[in-house]
This record gives sequence, C-alpha cells and structure tokens, in this order.
Amino acid sequence: MNSDDYLDGNSAAGELGRIFTIDVTAAEGQCASCGATRRFAEARVYMQGPGLVVRCAACEHVLLRLVNAPHHVWLDMRGMTYLRFDAPEVEVPATGTETARTEH
Amino acid sequence: MWRVGAVLALHDETATARTITLTVPGWPDHLAGQHVDVRLTAADGYSAVRSYSIASAPNHENRVEITVERLPNGEVSPYLTQQVAVSDRLELRGPIGSWFVWRVQQTEPVQLVAGGSGIVPLMAMVRSRASASSAAPFRLLYSVREPAAALYRDELQALASRDASVSLSYAYTRATPPGWTRPPGRIDAALIAGTTWPASLGPTCYVCGPTSFVENAASLLTACGHRPDRIRTERFGPTGERK
Repeated sequence: MNSDDYLDGNSAAGELGRIFTIDVTAAEGQCASCGATRRFAEARVYMQGPGLVVRCAACEHVLLRLVNAPHHVWLDMRGMTYLRFDAPEVEVPATGTETARTEH
Repeated sequence: MWRVGAVLALHDETATARTITLTVPGWPDHLAGQHVDVRLTAADGYSAVRSYSIASAPNHENRVEITVERLPNGEVSPYLTQQVAVSDRLELRGPIGSWFVWRVQQTEPVQLVAGGSGIVPLMAMVRSRASASSAAPFRLLYSVREPAAALYRDELQALASRDASVSLSYAYTRATPPGWTRPPGRIDAALIAGTTWPASLGPTCYVCGPTSFVENAASLLTACGHRPDRIRTERFGPTGERK
C-alpha cells in the first residue's frame, strides 16, 4: 500500500459527523487487532474506494468502514474494541422549562 | 448539517492559491485548526465534497476564510480558485475537528511545522494567538517549494517582527532566495534541531502538510525527543483536496 495514499482521521470527521453528535477526532479508540490505543485523528483514512476505510496507524488493521448507499449508510466498526469520547457538556434544562434551540 | 455561505471577498495569495472569505449565517464560530467541508452541486445534481482548513481566527462575526491551492487535475479546486465570484453561494459543513486545534487558553510553547499549503490551519493558530493577545511562545518552520509559493509571507513577517515570542523559519525544497545558505531540500534533522523548540520545553507540536511531509517531520520530531502524544498531525492529499 503506497504510504501517500491515505489521509488521517481528521478527514473522516465531516462524514462521521452525520452520525455521531460528538466530534470523533479527539476520541480514543483501541484497535481490535493489535490493541494500540490512539486518537481517532491519528488513524489512516483511505477515501479512494466507494466508501471510507479507516485503518490502525500502528498495524493497518481495518478499524472502521463507512459506505453511503442510495438509501442507507453502512457503518462497520468491528475493528475497534472501543471508542472513548470525552463526556459532552450536557445542558440540563431547569425543571418545567422548555428550551428551544435552532442551532447546534 | 449544511449551511449556505456567501462569498464576501477573494484574494490571490500566490499564482495558484486563493483566499475565499465567506459569511455564513448561523456559523457557530470555530477554533484555530478546524476545517470545513465544502459541497459543490452541479446543475445535473452531481455533487462533490472537499475539506478545507479554515485560515481565519475565530471572530464571532460569522466569517470564515479558506485558502485553496489549485490542483492541476482537481475537480473542485479549479472552480474555487478561478471561477467563484463575490456573492456566489457555497454550501459548508462544520466547523469540524477537536483534536488538531489550538485554543487560546493554551499557554505552553507551540511548535508549528508546515509543508506547502499545510500552513493554512497553522496560520489560523498564529492569527488566533494574535487576536487573543496570547503570550504563548510560537515557532513556525515552514517548508515551501520556492519563495513565490509561500502563503501569508508579509503577514507572518509583520507578526514576527513586532512580537519576540513569534519566530519564523523557512525551508525551501526546490529553489531558494538569492544568498540563502541552506541548499534546497526537505526538512532534515539538522534543521529541526536548529530552528524548533527543544523537546525539554515540552511544546505542543502541530504538523500539517502532504502525507509524506507529515510522516517525515513527525518522525524527525520524535527522534529529537518529542513525545508522540505531544505531536498533533493533519495530512492532506489529492483525494480530499484539503488545503
């Protein structure tokens, strides 16, 4: 595999942002094959194919695959043991009040 | 979620790179280092999405600047650098990313290493530092093909000359200015040792450029004793047209 053919986890964040409400680039993931733990931003991303393939920067094992089909999005994350996000700053509305937000 | 931005201004940085200033209603402001996805849709419905680093500092004014380098066989960059006009509309998604970012609360020394248009997100950090009057000591090592290919040269020079905490080093890979002592070539161990913060100061390092540049620079930094977890990298390539 040519070492110049890949980008990194930063480049997948826009597409994954359609699925996850929290940004994935700072999340820590563990490779199910070699056990390395890295930030998602450090993973290798291959975008030449019909989908998006994310590989472990240490061992090249496939961590994640994302395919956009006409009516479905396929997400395969079995290559990762876990993905750990920082807990988001959740706004807890006071009891009995309705909060309306147009933008997130 | 896609937002529609309007082109406010265009500025040619070099013969092949153009800065596009957009105003994006509802923009949730950004952090230095983040990027946006830009979507262009043709009349027949075909659309293409590309990622571009944000060049401007956070500003609370719904304003976003991207600098786009024209790629010879690019699908999107020729349009953005040659055809787009003031008041045209573009679709944007973002800001994206929370890892390759510099926040104004950071006070530790910062080492920036840029290859080609990898300078763009690092320029956002330099601008963010200036606009927040941060005292964090910054060093930038900027590798470009030739003098005329350097982006933001005058602005960087002005920032470095009025603030002793910002220093600037160039490396040229193909052609140097007259009288330049270092022959053209890639960043190497001697240059890293001579122009960047020593690892003992514990700087956060941000490296951005083409994949091969980033691999080389990050391994040189690691060899100089920088801890891998203090080195943050962002790669771009023809596929993503990230510039």
